[in-house]
Amino acid sequence: MKKTVQRDLFPGALEMMILRVLRRKPSHGYALVQLIKRTSHDLLQIEEGSLYPALQRLLKEELVKAEWGVSSTNRRVRIYTLTAAGAKHLEREVSSFEQMLEGITRVLAPGEL
Amino acid sequence: MSWLRQLFSRRRLYKDLSEEIQEHLEEKIEELVASGMSRKEATAAARRAFGNVTLAEEDSRNVWRWPFVEELLVDIRYGRRALRHNPMFTAAALLTIAIGIGANTAVFSVVNGVLLKPLNYPNAEQLVSLHQIAPGAPGLADFENGLHLSPSMYFTYAEHNRAFQSLGVWDTGTASVTGVAEPEQVRTVVVSDGVLQALDVPPEVGRWLSEADQVPRGPQRVMLSYGYWQRRFGGDQSIVGRNITLDARPREVVGITHKGFRLVDTDFDVILPLAFDHRNLILAGFGFEGIARLKPGFTIAEANADLTRMLPIWMDSWTNGPGTNPHFYETWKITPMIRPLKREVIGNVSDVLWVVMGTIGLVMLVACANVTNLLLVRIEARQQELAVRAALGAGWGRLVRGLLVESLMLGLMGGTLGAGFAYAGVHLLLAIGPTNLPRISEVSLDVRTLGFTVLLAVLCGLLLGLIPALKYAGPRASLALHSGGRAASAHRERHRARNTLVVGQVAMALVLLVSAGLMIRTFRALRTVDPGFTDPQHLQVMRISIPGALIAEPERVLRIQDEILEKLAATPGVKSAGLVSEMPMEGFNSDWDCIFAQDKTYPDNVMAPLYLYKYISPGFLQTSGTRLIAGKEITWSDIYGLRPVVMISENLARDIWGTPAAAIGKQLREFPSMPWHEVIGVIQDVRERGVQDKAPEIVYWPPMMEYLFGRKTLDTVRTVTFVIRSERAGTEGFLNEVRQAVWSVNSNLPLASVRTMEEVYDKSVARTSFTLVMLGIAGAMALVLGIIGIYGVISYTVSQRQREIGIRLALGAQGGDVLRMVFKQGAKMALVGVAIGIGAAFALTRLMTNLLFGVTAYDPMTFGVVAGLLMLVALLACYVPARRAMLVDPIVALRYE
Repeated sequence: MKKTVQRDLFPGALEMMILRVLRRKPSHGYALVQLIKRTSHDLLQIEEGSLYPALQRLLKEELVKAEWGVSSTNRRVRIYTLTAAGAKHLEREVSSFEQMLEGITRVLAPGEL
Repeated sequence: MSWLRQLFSRRRLYKDLSEEIQEHLEEKIEELVASGMSRKEATAAARRAFGNVTLAEEDSRNVWRWPFVEELLVDIRYGRRALRHNPMFTAAALLTIAIGIGANTAVFSVVNGVLLKPLNYPNAEQLVSLHQIAPGAPGLADFENGLHLSPSMYFTYAEHNRAFQSLGVWDTGTASVTGVAEPEQVRTVVVSDGVLQALDVPPEVGRWLSEADQVPRGPQRVMLSYGYWQRRFGGDQSIVGRNITLDARPREVVGITHKGFRLVDTDFDVILPLAFDHRNLILAGFGFEGIARLKPGFTIAEANADLTRMLPIWMDSWTNGPGTNPHFYETWKITPMIRPLKREVIGNVSDVLWVVMGTIGLVMLVACANVTNLLLVRIEARQQELAVRAALGAGWGRLVRGLLVESLMLGLMGGTLGAGFAYAGVHLLLAIGPTNLPRISEVSLDVRTLGFTVLLAVLCGLLLGLIPALKYAGPRASLALHSGGRAASAHRERHRARNTLVVGQVAMALVLLVSAGLMIRTFRALRTVDPGFTDPQHLQVMRISIPGALIAEPERVLRIQDEILEKLAATPGVKSAGLVSEMPMEGFNSDWDCIFAQDKTYPDNVMAPLYLYKYISPGFLQTSGTRLIAGKEITWSDIYGLRPVVMISENLARDIWGTPAAAIGKQLREFPSMPWHEVIGVIQDVRERGVQDKAPEIVYWPPMMEYLFGRKTLDTVRTVTFVIRSERAGTEGFLNEVRQAVWSVNSNLPLASVRTMEEVYDKSVARTSFTLVMLGIAGAMALVLGIIGIYGVISYTVSQRQREIGIRLALGAQGGDVLRMVFKQGAKMALVGVAIGIGAAFALTRLMTNLLFGVTAYDPMTFGVVAGLLMLVALLACYVPARRAMLVDPIVALRYE
């Protein structure tokens, strides 16, 4: 089940991206996934459906909150907003991710080994 | 409690979720349509981009769940449905399990109440019984119940010990209470200082008896038991401080014992204080049970060493009279063997209970095997379903869990039902159990018992599910999808589990039946033993005691007893009557002491072999049906004339003089200053302690003598058993006439222990008959379950092989061939089962050696008969399905193709 969700991503990556997008602006599920796809220039293969379990996990941990509202295209949508805890979590995640990335990059860098 | 809120707001959450996903798809579709796609294409594209909608929703929901618990709930719901869809199977399985668990729980509650629970005293583990043995004492070779303590021993131990907090001696007896209503004989215990302190149970009302109450010729005091107080005085507290008349003497009531308080395992009505006169004590007088409480930290071994250390002090401090050597007792090799009080209370009943428990456990296994077989048959029918579930992605772990949950539910439901059966079972058990089972009042369904039931139910559930689960829900479950259905005729592999179970059942049934058979043989062997009396159902016995305070002169006591005998003999329907100090198997403590024969020599001339003493009246032998082997019976004129005559048992005669005839005319006496008594008669051996025990050597004295109980004072035996032979024994009308006859002589005499000898006899073999009944029930259950098992498997295979049989018949096989084929299958299973069972029985029946009498644990006859019977029954169980197979119509069978 989870295998399909994270075929190309490590656990927690999708959540991190969601939080990052929400920090800029509260938005609903469809807009979120379009934005992530667009921003990544479609480099990431994300099944749109996999967004929802991730959103539920964030909701459960109270990193985001959700409210029904109306979108710019005048649709009834559920709008997600980052909470304070979510912002803090994102910061921690990003910094640990950057550390990890740097480590991996160094190992992978040509000529070092 | 956010998880709790989540639990309740979940429905909302899920609704939001599906709505949101729908909206997501809509938005995408609209956008695609707007970019020029047809609606149909757009919908497909949107779904493709989204992925599996159901899965996404499911995964999202799972975020809020405890998957394990919830899947379990699903399994339970599923299991319940499966069980409900098969009401016949469920009912049969549940009933089998419930009976099994019920029987086990009932027996366990007895084992728990009697063997496992600590005794009903505070810190009961510190309590010990001062058991000691004397392997060097000649004659009375079996101090089977140990050598009791003498009063001087008690004083020595109490004064010099280091290992005990408190220590005392006690004994049981009877006394008559008069002046309240009808004269009543009550059960007494006499206790020294230290006994109640050791037991440490505070009185309900008033105070304990204490040292101040034990002064010889001091104030007379008494404590009442709670039960007697309720029964006699209606629980009136003002009785404390008042007097009651006990054995014609007033005694002041100082307290009431705590409710349910028993002394070791003795139920009693009153407690009397022992008042030993310190100055008159001698070494001998080994008549008291010792009880003590260990100091914290002291072990039984240390306490034994402490007693051993004090034995020389005891011999230095006291004497048996001038001219005797106090250190003579060294030859007795008195050895302290202190036992935990609990062991003393339980006695030898633990053998019986463990055997019964083991037996019932085996029945449980047989029952489980049957239910497993049912489950296997049923699961075969469900293989398709399992295969489909496996194909749809259920892991085999999940399938196994589902099946286990189902069987666990069976187990737990069966357990619940079983607890109900157990409640009834305990009552039944206590009704048929030996009445002299110790601690019987403590048997109940308590927490531990219910814990046992739950454990049993769970174990049973797991055991039931294990084989089917491993066999059918295993990694190969999906294979069934191909082979399922009609193509699957019986391949050997599929029947192996079932056949193994049936073989196991037959083997266990054989073990149980052999055990039951051995008990039957034991019982028959016991019945053929001549107990020393005849026709017990026509022998009425009762105890009458004439206390010294009521009638002092010994001769008057004897005259009253004589007169009662005459009145009894004159009662209509009475053939004869006699009296004796106690009848065999009545369970009263007999006297015993040395016996010197005139023509033998003894070391030191102080101590000779010890033998049991009894006292009998003329007419006793004729009444009880005890044979006179040689010589003649004692007469009333011998007794009144104080003639020095005595009778002895046959084995005693052989012991001393070689033959009964040689004993006649010889002389013997109890102690050196006593005149020689002439042996005038030899009496047949009597099974004094029950038919299982060897007959002891006995000296029969006249009931009145100038030297009685080791003293030179004219005295008579005041408490005796009257024995009446009559066809009317035991009937209410007869007992009324007997009472009137006794009271016409003296209206102050209560009658106690009024029974027929048959009741006494039955009670003495109660242990054997209880074991027999329990093993019989268990054996019968195992047999029936075993038959059902064989029948079930054979008829199932026959129904599975119908097509094959049809083909065989079509190809020319005869009905007889088919019959033989089916029988061969059944016989093979039964034979293997019987062979294994015989092996197991050889190993297991050894454990019940202690319960057997007159038969060895390997009795070939029992083994042979049971094995044969089981084979026969197994073949009978095959007969019905075999006949059905024979009658298979080839046309019909083949048409199924």
